[in-house]
Amino acid sequence: MIDLLIPTIISCVVAFTIVFVMTPPLIKILEKRNFVVKDINKKENIMVVRPGGPVIIAGIIASELVLYAFLQMNEILAILITTSAAFVIGYVDDRKVMGGWFKPVALAVSAIPIIALGAYDSNLAFPLFGTVQIPILYIGLIVFMILITGNTINSIDVLNGVASGFMVIASFSLSICLFIVQNYEIAIVSLPLGFVSLAFYKYHKIPSKIFPGDSGALTFGAMYGAIAIVGGVEIIAAVALLPAIINSFLFLSSVKRIVEHRQIKGKPVEHTDDFRLKATDDKKAPITLVRLILAGGPMSEKQVAFAIFKLAIFSGILAIITAFMMGVLI
Amino acid sequence: MKSDLFGFLFSMWVLIIVGGGILVTILGPISISGFGELDWVIASVIKSIIALVLIVIWILILSKLKNWIFKKELKL
Repeated sequence: MIDLLIPTIISCVVAFTIVFVMTPPLIKILEKRNFVVKDINKKENIMVVRPGGPVIIAGIIASELVLYAFLQMNEILAILITTSAAFVIGYVDDRKVMGGWFKPVALAVSAIPIIALGAYDSNLAFPLFGTVQIPILYIGLIVFMILITGNTINSIDVLNGVASGFMVIASFSLSICLFIVQNYEIAIVSLPLGFVSLAFYKYHKIPSKIFPGDSGALTFGAMYGAIAIVGGVEIIAAVALLPAIINSFLFLSSVKRIVEHRQIKGKPVEHTDDFRLKATDDKKAPITLVRLILAGGPMSEKQVAFAIFKLAIFSGILAIITAFMMGVLI
Repeated sequence: MKSDLFGFLFSMWVLIIVGGGILVTILGPISISGFGELDWVIASVIKSIIALVLIVIWILILSKLKNWIFKKELKL
C-alpha cells in the first residue's frame, strides 16, 4: 500500500495541474477560432467557448500514463483506450452534428478494448447476496455500462458546472468505495478522474468560461464506466450515478425513443422575466431531472445546480453504504 | 419536490439491492450437465434470458414507482 503512495500523488498532481494550467490557453484558442455557443440560461447575450474535452483527455492520458509506468496493469490500458475512443466520438459530435444513433453505437464499440484486453471479471457482485457468474451476459453488460455512463453524463450537462461538479462527487465517491472493497490499485487508477473533474470545474462552474462539450462529457462518463467494470464495482458505480441515470430514465420513458436533445420539439424548462428557470406546462416536452426539481417553483441556475449536487452527494453516501454491504453476506 | 426526488433515489437503491438478491438467488444455483463442453454456454444463455426478464420487470416496477411518486408533477 505504501509503495503505491508516490505514483498516487504524482498522478493526481499531474491530472489536476494539466487541466488547471492548460484550460485558460485552450479558452483563448477556442475564442480565436470562434468555437462559441450562446449560454441560453443567461439574460445577456453571453457566448461561451467549447469544447473543453481536449484538456480533459490530456489530463487523463498524462496521469494514467504515469500510473502505467509504475504499475504496468492491463486495466489502465483498457481504461485509457476506451476513454480516448469516447473522447474521439464526442469530438466528432462536437464538430459535426450527428444523428441520434451515432453516440450509442459508437460508444458501444468503444467498450471493445476492455473485452479484448480481458480487463474484467465476469462475476457480478451484489451487496448482501454475493456474486453471480454470467460469462455471456457480462460481455453485454460491459458494452451497456460504457454506453449508459457516457450518455447519462452527457445528458446531465445542461447547466453551468453541473457535468463536472457531478463528476467530482460521483468519481470521488467511487474511489472511496474502491478503497472500502480493498481494490486499492483500481482505486488509485480512479483518482485522476476526480482531480481532472475538479480542475475543470474551476472554469466550468457558474458563470462558465468553457463548456466540456460532448467530447468532455463522454470522456468523463466513459472513464467512469470503464473504472466500474475493471474495478468490479458495477452496482456501486450505478448507485453513485443514480441522479444522472434517473435523468436519462425520465427522459427516455417520456420520449420513448433514443433521440438527440436538439431534436426534441417541446421545451421542458423556460425562463421567468428575471431569468430564473421554471418548469413548462408543455405536454410534448420530455420529463427531466431539472424539470422535476423546478416543479416546486422557479429557481436560479445556481440553485438548480446545487440541488443536483445534493442529490449526487446523497447517491454517493448510498454508494459508500453499498460498498460496506459488499463485505456482508446474509 | 426535492424530498420526492430523494425518496425516488432511495427507492431505486432499495430496488437495486432487492433485485440483486433475487438475481443471485435465482441465477446462482443454475448449472447444466450432459452437454459436455457446451454446459457452461447453455447455462449462461439460460441465465442471460432470465436476467433480461428480471431487468424488464425491474424497469416496469420503477416506471410504476415513478408515476406514483411524481403523479402530481407528471400531470404538468
